[in-house]
Amino acid sequence: MNSLLDSLRGIGARVIDGIWRMGVATRFFLMILLQSGQSFRRFHLIIREIYSAGVLSLIIILVSGLFVGMVLGLQGYETLQTYGSEEALGVLVSLSLVRELGPVVAALLFASRAGSAITAEIGLMKATEQLAAMEMMAVDPVARVVAPRFWGAVISMPLLAAMFSAMGILGGYLVGVVLIGVDEGAFWSQMQAAVDFREDILNGVLKSVVFGVAVTAIALFEGYDAPPTAEGVSRATTRTVVTSSLAILGLDFILTAFMFRGV
Amino acid sequence: MQRATLDLWVGIFVVAGLAAVLFLALRVGNMGSFDSASTYTVKASFDNIGGLKARAPVKSAGVVVGRVSDISFDTTLYEATVSMNLDARYKFPKDTSASIMTSGLLGEQYIALEAGGEEKMLANGDAMKLTQGAVVLENLIGQFLYSKSDSETSAPDLGKME
Amino acid sequence: MSDNLIEIRDLSFAYGKRLVLKDIELSARRGQVVAIMGISGGGKTTLLRLIGGALRPTSGVLKVDGVDMGSLDRESLYQLRRRMGMLFQFGALFTDLSVFDNVAFPLREHTDLPEEMIRDLVLMKLNAVGLRGGADLMPSELSGGMARRVALARAIALEPSLILYDEPFAGLDPISLGVTGNLIRRLTDTLGVTSIVVTHDIQESLRMVDYVYFVSDGVIAAQGTPEQLKASDEPFVHQFVHGEEDGPVPFHYPAPSYAEELELAA
Ligand SMILES: Nc1ncnc2c1ncn2[C@@H]1O[C@H](COP(=O)(O)OP(=O)(O)OP(=O)(O)O)[C@@H](O)[C@H]1O
Ligand SMILES: [Mg+2]
Repeated sequence: MNSLLDSLRGIGARVIDGIWRMGVATRFFLMILLQSGQSFRRFHLIIREIYSAGVLSLIIILVSGLFVGMVLGLQGYETLQTYGSEEALGVLVSLSLVRELGPVVAALLFASRAGSAITAEIGLMKATEQLAAMEMMAVDPVARVVAPRFWGAVISMPLLAAMFSAMGILGGYLVGVVLIGVDEGAFWSQMQAAVDFREDILNGVLKSVVFGVAVTAIALFEGYDAPPTAEGVSRATTRTVVTSSLAILGLDFILTAFMFRGV
Repeated sequence: MQRATLDLWVGIFVVAGLAAVLFLALRVGNMGSFDSASTYTVKASFDNIGGLKARAPVKSAGVVVGRVSDISFDTTLYEATVSMNLDARYKFPKDTSASIMTSGLLGEQYIALEAGGEEKMLANGDAMKLTQGAVVLENLIGQFLYSKSDSETSAPDLGKME
Repeated sequence: MSDNLIEIRDLSFAYGKRLVLKDIELSARRGQVVAIMGISGGGKTTLLRLIGGALRPTSGVLKVDGVDMGSLDRESLYQLRRRMGMLFQFGALFTDLSVFDNVAFPLREHTDLPEEMIRDLVLMKLNAVGLRGGADLMPSELSGGMARRVALARAIALEPSLILYDEPFAGLDPISLGVTGNLIRRLTDTLGVTSIVVTHDIQESLRMVDYVYFVSDGVIAAQGTPEQLKASDEPFVHQFVHGEEDGPVPFHYPAPSYAEELELAA
């Protein structure tokens, strides 16, 4: 009986703690937006962050995109061949990449490559009192450190997702057309007939923007909120990857339901 | 790292990203093919459109010349009205016929245009008179069975259809 | 303009429910070096943070340059902080910036000076702490003592009128310790700043400061000029000044008697 009460109390405390953290996170997010004007006026700060979030994620994104596309080409060919419609391979590869795999997989990779780095960096800056020192120098850490990272990552994400999709389609082309010998003209023309710029490509880009905002906001908040110890920072880094991966998949479901609800 | 090298890398990154978007838009998507400025709209009524959907291609002699823009139901004629945007470069005679076809056995449905012989050309807002609706598989099988049973035996032969 | 840059009256501070500082009375004259000393965990860093405005007093008055810190809005606090420098216990250098850029940071943030001018100023400050040659090093390439000196150069970059030092001597060898002490004294005298130094190093403090406050258990236990303290026969001060183990301040953390615990183990 007592243990039941205890566990109930524990659950209640967790729920309240979760709601409280949500509130803190929302306030933090609003502060970032409020301080963004300043960081756009000093654009070189954002450029620096595009470098560390975007350029440094380039290799993993391009290589993964290529391989995902090649696998799609192989598997898609196997399946389509049974129905005698190998020419639709381009459609299959491009639609799955542009609508789903590009934004989602690129965002997952981005969360574990750039998101975790952001959390660790900000958490360490807090643990070593760099943020406190900045504050003592009358420089707002949200404006100087957090907001530029936010915009750098949010700008990088859709570009990375587009490169992932483009790379993947090239991978599918390599396997399907060059290796297996699907007709090249059919591959591209069926793809062009099926993929709509606004419905498919723009919606895919929109998805990756939403994912970018979610991953970056989570990563920044976890870092800023981390207990100022080595253990606290390492836990926060893990939490960033887990939370943002779940957020990506959940948001993807919601967005897909809204965007591609039949024609 | 030097500010200049950093800027260079970020520049390369942004250009590559935009190039990827452009590649998706022009090579993968259909953005390059038609924009609304250079198209004209014509209508056609069908007794049955089958699985035709908006954005389906409109082809003539196998060439994509336009795209279905809207499908609605006409309550006076009890027929489907299909609007399509045709590329302004391609003009068709007034008596052009439109039929709904299927690419491959299970493929997507599209509208095929067969040019007629009239002098006058279709203009924006015109309707095509000659149409042929989609072939519905159930009807086809029904007809097949009907003619079969007429001539000789009946249903069990369905298996030989392939 | 009053003679005192810092005026603290009747100040109390609590972290949540835990009262850390009680009824503190403290003042620092312009141009003086004031030391805050006391046992570890006594609330010295907390006091320094209150003066810097990072924490707000729970009750009482804390005035810096005549401005009440308790009722300051963010904008005016930032305005005031531009005239303060703070040296953190572990330096708190920005790890992604070089030594040069660390010292240039406050200048770039708060002034529109041309780059050559910033260069001259930064090298001047680095020269003052003896690290002009290390301008291109990264913080990870510095020893603890060097990092603290760079942080000092950064703290004085904007030529503040108040500098707060949190344990500037900890972990320094005797030579650097003396040099740093002299540096603080010299900066105070030549720039006309007021310095508040939190430290454990009693001998160095007595050599160079103008006034000392002892903080123990959240209250000011003793105060006076170095001469007064050296001559004091108050047991607490005597123990501290002469570094004796036995006295009012116990060396051991409260525990059951040693014999009792040994017996249990046996
Ligand atoms: N953020 C905090 N939250 C709660 N309690 C704190 C916090 N920071 C310090 N304390 C507590 O307040 C008391 C005073 O801490 P403070 O850091 O001011 O001591 P100190 O005199 O600077 O010690 P030291 O000489 O070891 O640096 C300590 O008992 C400490 O446990
Ligand atoms: Mg301390």
